[in-house]
Amino acid sequence: MDKTKMSYKVSQFLMFAGPAVILFCGTVIIPFIYGLYLTFTSWDGVSKTKPFVGLANYAASFSDTAYWQALVRTVIYSAFSVILINVVAFLLAYLVTSGVKGQNFFRAGFFIPNLIGGIVLGYVWKFVFNRAFVAIGEAISGGTVPSLLSTTGGAMFCLILVSVWQYAGYMMLIYVAGFMSVPESLKEAALIDGCTPSQAMKNVTVPLMRASFVQCIFLSITRCFMVYDMNLSLTKGEPFNSSVMAAMHVYNQAFTYKNYGTGQAEALILFVVCAIVGVTQVYIGKKGEVAA
Amino acid sequence: MEGNSKAGTTKLSRAITMIVLIILFICFIFPFLMVVINVFKTKGDINSAPLSLIGKHGFTLANFPKAMEKMDFVKVFTNSLIITTSATVLTILVSTMAAFVIVRNAKWKACSIFFSLMVASMVIPFQVLMVPLVSVYGGLFGVLNHRLTLILLHVGFSVSMAVFMFHGAIYTNIPLELEEAAYIDGCTRWQTFWKIVFPLLKPTIATVAIIDAMAFWNDYLLPSLILQKKELYTIPIATQAFYGTYSTDIGLVMAALLLAMLPILILYLFLQRYIVKGVTSGAVKG
Repeated sequence: MDKTKMSYKVSQFLMFAGPAVILFCGTVIIPFIYGLYLTFTSWDGVSKTKPFVGLANYAASFSDTAYWQALVRTVIYSAFSVILINVVAFLLAYLVTSGVKGQNFFRAGFFIPNLIGGIVLGYVWKFVFNRAFVAIGEAISGGTVPSLLSTTGGAMFCLILVSVWQYAGYMMLIYVAGFMSVPESLKEAALIDGCTPSQAMKNVTVPLMRASFVQCIFLSITRCFMVYDMNLSLTKGEPFNSSVMAAMHVYNQAFTYKNYGTGQAEALILFVVCAIVGVTQVYIGKKGEVAA
Repeated sequence: MEGNSKAGTTKLSRAITMIVLIILFICFIFPFLMVVINVFKTKGDINSAPLSLIGKHGFTLANFPKAMEKMDFVKVFTNSLIITTSATVLTILVSTMAAFVIVRNAKWKACSIFFSLMVASMVIPFQVLMVPLVSVYGGLFGVLNHRLTLILLHVGFSVSMAVFMFHGAIYTNIPLELEEAAYIDGCTRWQTFWKIVFPLLKPTIATVAIIDAMAFWNDYLLPSLILQKKELYTIPIATQAFYGTYSTDIGLVMAALLLAMLPILILYLFLQRYIVKGVTSGAVKG
């Protein structure tokens, strides 16, 4: 058979990559393009016709104050979560690579929250915040204590706390891999040259782990920006819609209020914001990367 | 003298590290401990003393059968199992094949176009696709409420990441000479792939299978949009629906939450090493 023939190429490509390409296009490419089209229509999700409305949905998104409040809230929540997730994860990684007994056990233990989905985790923590912490608070203060979830600032705090708890173990594993990738000989050389262990950490280990930092920060940014499951089960946006994150607002806009076009436009804006933040972070992070 | 004090400080710092780790560990499993100690109590005991180990009315197992029945746990568990396993197996088959042709025929236009499209699409979050998905598959084709729809969508979403990982594995780990030897021995391309390449991909297959299976098992948003009939519910949807109905019956909620977590925790007990390894290598590559 002539292997340069077009028919050979097409048949080989379809035989091996056909199923993957069809499924990929059906779930990602076509919906993405169709979604772009939807943002120019005012579809209610039921009617057969999708009236073309031009940029009205984008105008509606820009004047939707609840959406911008949710977006700002998401940025604040993400900023705190991303910083805390990475600080805690780095500390955990440091502790579980220090050579103490049972460090594999601890690694496995800190990872457990990642095994369970956001919905279930949210309900577990809801019980902890509403019952266990309240009981502890009442035992200490002697009076009645409101649940953190019932106050406006408290709900945000709870979301951040649970996110840190959920993702720290996962990012810890990436930092552990980072720690292991720094050659022992370099650290020893620094110590022999008179560095204190903390100087060696700051000037040798951390710069060489830059790739791990870039990666963990990217992963935590994208996850926090798109938080939905845990938001739904832990706070449901309460109290007084003070903990509605952008993804939840998009869901409600589209599926609860049936403004599919506006919801889709808001989802796209959220995606663009998240992508800009994530890509900028990677770009800045990679620029100063050093090799061992 | 100096050596002695140094050994002393490392011993001390080890002890401090250990204590810090134990405290952190307790903080990390505290929420799970709360569920475990309360699941064996009556509703009244949980309300009056959520922190005590054993309630006034003693130890009870009554929450489990009730929650299992109300949540229809056996059916829900089976649904989750069917969807997770078939989607994982399909993802592996479809994406190893695609990665093979993409690596070995990198010069073909279709290969390079689809590979770059797949890599680029990995940044698109689900929220951007959910509205069009529902309108295409719900409105246009009317194929919601079928397990197969969800399975194929799961595969479609995970295929790009999987192809990316298998692409790396084939490119770096599988020598072309092996395949050429098979061709000389008279194998077709199809045979060569399944007999030579696929078996050599085992480590990466394990990684991808673990990452995807966990994602499918725990996914809530996509299944909740596709499966709206009660008899098709997966564990996360059923948990959410259960909480909506029985949130005041806190003993039952505890049992339902424990049941929802138990399958994956038991699996973790046995496959812990592989899961940790799989997730790490997947994350580092991705």
